This record gives sequence, C-alpha cells and structure tokens, in this order.
Amino acid sequence: MTTLLFIEQMLNGLQFGVMLFLMSAGLTLVFGVMGLINLAHGSLFMIGAFTAAAVAAATGSFVLALMASLAAAAIAGALIELTIIRRLYDRDHLDQVLATFALILIFSEGTRWMFGSFPLFLDVPKVLAGPVTLPGGIEYPAYRLSIILIGLLVAAGMFALINRTRVGIRIRAGEADREMIAALGVDIAKLYTFVFALGAALAGFAGALVGAIQSVQVGMGEPVLILAFVVIVIGGIGSIKGAFVGALLVGFTDTMGRVLLPQIFALFLEPSAAVSVGSALASMLIYILMAGVLVFRPRGLYGVT
Amino acid sequence: MTRETLINVAALAVLLAVPLWALMADEPFIITLATRAAIFALAGVGLNLALGSGGLVSLGHAVFFGIGGYAMGILASHAQSYEPIMEAPFLIEGTKSMPMIWLVAMVTSALAALAIGALSLRTSGVYFIMITLAFGQMIYYFAISWPAYGGEDGLSIYVRNEFPGLNTLVPMQFFGLCFAILCLALLLMNAIHKSAFGLALSAARQNETRVLSVGMKPYHLRLVAFVISGAVTGLAGALFADLNRFVSPTMLSWQMSGEIIIFIIIGGVGRLFGPVIGAMIFILLEHTLGGLSEFWHVYLGALLLGIVLFAKGGVIGAFAGREKAHD
Amino acid sequence: MTDVVLRTEKLFKSFGALKATNDVSLDLRKGEIHALIGPNGAGKSTLIQQITGHLASDSGTVRLMNEDLSGVGPAERARKGLGRTFQISSLAMEHTVLQNAVLGALGKRGNVMSFFKPVMKDAQLVSAAKAALVQVGLAEFAAIRTADLSHGQRRQLEVAVALTLKPKAFLMDEPMAGLGLEGAQQMIALLTKLRKEAPILLIEHDMDAVFALADRISVLVYGEVIATGTPEEIKVNPEIRRAYLGDEVPA
Repeated sequence: MTTLLFIEQMLNGLQFGVMLFLMSAGLTLVFGVMGLINLAHGSLFMIGAFTAAAVAAATGSFVLALMASLAAAAIAGALIELTIIRRLYDRDHLDQVLATFALILIFSEGTRWMFGSFPLFLDVPKVLAGPVTLPGGIEYPAYRLSIILIGLLVAAGMFALINRTRVGIRIRAGEADREMIAALGVDIAKLYTFVFALGAALAGFAGALVGAIQSVQVGMGEPVLILAFVVIVIGGIGSIKGAFVGALLVGFTDTMGRVLLPQIFALFLEPSAAVSVGSALASMLIYILMAGVLVFRPRGLYGVT
Repeated sequence: MTRETLINVAALAVLLAVPLWALMADEPFIITLATRAAIFALAGVGLNLALGSGGLVSLGHAVFFGIGGYAMGILASHAQSYEPIMEAPFLIEGTKSMPMIWLVAMVTSALAALAIGALSLRTSGVYFIMITLAFGQMIYYFAISWPAYGGEDGLSIYVRNEFPGLNTLVPMQFFGLCFAILCLALLLMNAIHKSAFGLALSAARQNETRVLSVGMKPYHLRLVAFVISGAVTGLAGALFADLNRFVSPTMLSWQMSGEIIIFIIIGGVGRLFGPVIGAMIFILLEHTLGGLSEFWHVYLGALLLGIVLFAKGGVIGAFAGREKAHD
Repeated sequence: MTDVVLRTEKLFKSFGALKATNDVSLDLRKGEIHALIGPNGAGKSTLIQQITGHLASDSGTVRLMNEDLSGVGPAERARKGLGRTFQISSLAMEHTVLQNAVLGALGKRGNVMSFFKPVMKDAQLVSAAKAALVQVGLAEFAAIRTADLSHGQRRQLEVAVALTLKPKAFLMDEPMAGLGLEGAQQMIALLTKLRKEAPILLIEHDMDAVFALADRISVLVYGEVIATGTPEEIKVNPEIRRAYLGDEVPA
C-alpha cells in the first residue's frame, strides 16, 4: 500500500472515530451522571438524520438541515427525558434496557410510518462536494475533512464545557455524588434534562453529518449505538476523555483492519480466501480489541476502579 | 396448588389445546404459530436462568439462538449436498438426524457461552449489558461477512430433519416434539431452581457478599448458569431453524436478543413459566396486531413500556401476586 | 502459643497518604472474645476486610491455625474457617430465613454444583441450618422471608449463617449496631455462649457490651493498636482514657 493511500485511510479512521465520539459522549455522560443505560440513543441519531434529510429536501440548505437536526434531537431527547426516562433513574438496569428498547421500537416504527421504508438521501453541500488537496498532495473529500474538523471542535467544546463551566462542575459533581449536588441546591431534575438533551443533540448531529455519506434509513442508529457501547466499554463509563480515546481507537482499528487484514492474509492465502478470511476477521476486530481491554482493565482505560 | 401453579398449568394446556383444535379445524398455519410460540418459549426459558435467577441482563442471547440455528443449517446442508464438513484430520460429515443436530447445537452454543461469559462476567451491571450486546454484534457481523454458509442471505434447507419414529414434516408431529422439549426444559429449570446450585445462584443475585462469605464464588455460579442458559437457547435456535428450514444472520441480531428478553418480561421475570406465557402472548400479538397494521412494533413498544413502568411483575405477577419465598 | 487461632502479623494498608492500617499485630485465642475498639475512622473495618481477604494488604500476613492466608481469596478464607457477620446486614433478602441458613451450611459442605437434588430436602443441610437457627433463637421464624424480619432478627440470622460454617474464628462487625436495649442484651447472651464454639474478634461501638463481653480489648487509633489488655487494664490505662475513652468508661 502506498503512503498516500495509508494516510487517506488514517483520515477515514479519524473521521469514523470522531463520529463515534459524538455518539459516545452523550451515552457516557448520561450513564455517568444519571446511572442510566439508554438504548434509544441510536434512535436520536436516526431522528437527526431524518430531520436533516427532510429539511434539506424542503429548503435546500445544508446548514439549516444541520441546525434542525440538532434542535429536533435535543427536543426529542428533552421530551423523552421528561416523560419517560426520568422514571427510570431509580430503576434497575433491566428496566432501563427494556423501556429504552421499547422506545426504539416506537421510534423506528414511527419513523417508518412517517417516511416509509425506502431510504432517504441527503446530499453533501455543493461547496464541500469535491476533494481538497492536503499538504503532501493527498486528495481527500472536503466533506469528510469537514466532519473531522467539526467533530474535533465539538470534542474541544465538550472538554471545555465539562472542565471550565459551572454546568460542567455540576455535571462532574453529579457523577461523584448525587446527594451532594442536591444539597448544594442545584436543581437536579433540570440538570438531568439538560444533560440528556445535550447528549441527544450530539447524537442527532452525528446522524445528520453521517446521513450525507450513507443512506438515511430506519435502523441506521442501532449499529452505531452498539459501536458506541464498545467505545464506552473500552474508554470507561462516565469518562469523556475515555470516550474520545476509545472512539478514535475503534475508528482506526476498524478502518485499518478492513484495509490491511485482507492484504496481510493475501501474503499466504490465495486471493479469494484472503479476502473472505480477512474481511470476516476485520469485522470482528474491534470486539477483539474490546475483549483485550476487558481482560486487562475490566473497568475500561479511564474507568474508575 | 398455588395460583401461580394454576396459571402455569393453564398456560401449558392452552399451548397444547390450540394446535389440537387447529388440527381438527384443519388450520395448519395455527399449528405452526403454536410451534413458534413453543420454540420462543424455550429460548426464553434458557435466558431466564441467567436473567431471572442469576440477575444477568444478557443482551446477547441471540448469539446462542443463532449458533443453534447455524449448527442445524451447516450440518443439514452438508448432509444435503453429501459433502463432508471436514476430511482432515478426521472426517466429519453432515447429518439430518435431529438428536445429533440438537447435541451439536447445545455443545457449540455452550462453548460460545463459556467464552463470552468468561469475559463478560469479569464485569457487572451496565458493562455486562453492553459487552454481551457487543459480542452478539461481533458474531452477527461475522456471520454476514463469512461467505461459506450464505453470508447475509442465509442458508436454506430443503427438507426438515428427521427424528426416529416421527414424520417431522407433519406440523402436529413437529409441534409435539417442540412441546415435549419445552416441557423437559421446564422440568430441568424447575429442578435447578430448587437445587443447591439454584439457591446459591439466586443468593448471588441478591447479595454477592453473602455468597462470598459462605465460601462460594459468584463468578463460577454465574458462568455455569450462563453456559446452561446458552445451551438451552441454542437448542431453541436449532428447532427454530428447523421450523423455518432456513437460517440467517437475523437470528443472531440484537433485535432477536431483545425479543427473547421481551418474552420473559411479558410473562414475568424469574418465574418459571414467564417465558412460556410471554412467548404465547407475543405470538398472539404478532399475529393479531401484525394483521391489523404493518407497524405493529409500535404497539409492542407501547405495551412493553407500560409493563416496565407500571406492571413490573408481568402477567404472572399481575395474577398470582408476589412470588412465594419458599417451597 | 498453641491456643492462638487467628493472628495478624505486621499488617499495613494505605489509601494514598492515609495509613488505614499501620503495623497491626493481633491474635485471637481459643475460647475468648477479643474486642477491637476505636474511634470512627480508626481503621477497624479496613482491618476486618484485610483479614477476610476482601482487601489486599500492602504487607504483613494473616494466619489462621498458623496457616498463612496470603493470596487466598475471601471465598476460600470463609471455607477455611473465617465466619464473618457484617455491619450492614448482608443476607439474601428474598430467601427465607431457613434458606439463608441452608446457604451457609451448603458453603460449609461444598459441592454447590449440584443441579437436580432439591436442596431444601437435603436432611443434613437442613438439620445443620435448623440447629444454627435454634442456637440464635430464630427457629420459629424459619419459614419467614428474610426481608420481613426485624432489624435485630436479621443480625441474629447473620450470626446463624456464620455458625453454619462451623468456623474456627468469628469476625463480627458491630453485631449490636441498631439493636435496642433488649436486642443488645439478647445478642450479648448469644455471643457469651458462642465463644465456646469459636473465639470471636468483635468490632463494637457499644462500650457496655464490649466491657461486658470481652476477655481482651485492643484499642485502634489511626490504624495503630495503641494498647491491648483485659478490660480492667484498658479501663485504668491513662493514655487510653485521654486518647479515646474519655468519660465514657463505665464505672
């Protein structure tokens, strides 16, 4: 493989990782602060993508579509937090799993009912449609590069929010000790709604961004959700830093595995066998990575032991 | 007889009576539905040992269901094509014999449960949920990307496999087989529930420290429960594949894992017959609501949400009250 | 000495800068109740957890019947004869009282991987469990759900479960906590009898109980044993009066 191709694949891995971070950040915060496992996070991803596709089709503006996706996912998040999720904080994990699984069923079928079973398409905005030439002569799609930049910006924003702001202090206090922040007079109910809506908005935003490079369809959220779980297990529950490191690790491992493994197997297997063994193994690689982390650090890389 | 026992007997009676009626009314499709219910119930009975007694919220049980299915698909497809599965170092041939297929299905899913359980049980709580889900997805993607047995398209078997003395192609006979296996599994789970192992397992769910301080290891108890649980669910998978004469990665999907949990929840968590009643209601809903609207999952979701938020004990809990603590 | 059942030798444990256990050497002898007292945060619970194996020590050894328990996990230590009761009741709440006791007896017998025989019909286990319940005075409550017991009864059940293990030494973490006057007196009577079964290392805040029960008392302050002696010796030790007991000493 040429160096150029290698760098291009590294960028693809980075783009995938950044997108996973947007998904994982909300999940890990919601678990860290509220102790809730939310399977419906993938539905919020889907809501973002569908909203973006619908708004872009109606207005022709990609920026409007992105903003609408953020708003729609945040509102959907706040609504389900206020009506359903908050009843689950004191329940056991099984109840949380079931209730949020029920939400997936409702959201997925509801979306199918509104938009039909055929996938929608969200076009990459014209300005970003072509490739850009990076230093060293690498041609890389401008849109994917934008996703990387936006994702890194959002990540920086999240770190600033958690570490530098009053809300961030409250969130961290909430992770450490719920009763204490109640005693400090923080309105816990509002804080929880805010954190949940924030996570939802990030997921919806990720959905909208990804919607332009893959088709927008019902069920698109859950595979990403499960990858986000892998990220969180690797990074450690509740840690934004862990989510970031985990997301990049998963992004690189998956992307590079798919490219490299078939080539590695081609060294000593016949071509067709190399492709099938290589790609089958590549599809399992991140889970093997997760298993490896589990053996050595059962609470994840940055998890509290 | 307690009220719960009464409900249990009634559930089995209904599950047996419906196909008998369908036989007389010449409604073979109803018999197939009842067979589906019995098989789903069996899958749920398997999971219930881990989930109900052990408190292990496994969101990856479709793995074992699917492995059981593929055990059937692979063995039968090789028997169908007369190609051995492997020749070296020793010859393994396909088979159309159900008992042999069941054995292989249970052993392979038990081994998978051993591997997944040994890793996942190093953690607990929400980590366990996410990890079982992730391993489930791993096997799912593996099945999709491994072309030898149909990949994404799955694997079809032309003729249902054979059981000595029965014509398994007759719906009622195949139902009888599945029903009998379900009853055996219920007997087995009942015995386990009352055994030394069952007592220790459910004590470990209630209070891990207690179990440790009387000299037992919760990890071992849970791992054994997980393996037995996986084997029973795997057996259900083999039967399900035989019912449809088809196996595909869908059997391994996380939605399937979710559905197996739903069977348990509708009926009642930790109740011996919870999955039986839950699977019957699920099939009934699928059939009636599915007939009314193609979006019947919305109603299923709403029902599930209602049960979780307002009726935690499921159907058995609602009618039989709190579980009696002793026997 | 041959009558030493349990001994800690130079145990250390730090959490960061905090020395929770600092050079603790103690022994527990046949037939005695050895009370461990000290102000809150003195490291009593940490010490108990090091002895039971729930916490790994930084250094030092724990010996039971002169056997070094280093590297032995909590489950094995329980099997080797450490019978523990907990500060916060630690029982299977959905099980009956008898089932909890049978669980203990099962732990003692071993062979938990038995899948087909109904455990509650195992005559040996059930009679061992019932005997323990009789000893603590819970026989008539055998069929009650543990969650429905009173607080004091749960404490008694804790002791009963520990008894079924036929331990070589009891470790009891505040068995009187939360008991009323009457309950405490019942518990004192029970422990007085129990020391003949196996010696008791007793952590207790209730000074009346400690001075009524203990054959020896060790005082733990900031993770260190500052004195060990008979109740009489401890009572008159001026250093302890100053450092800890103050005017609480019963006359």
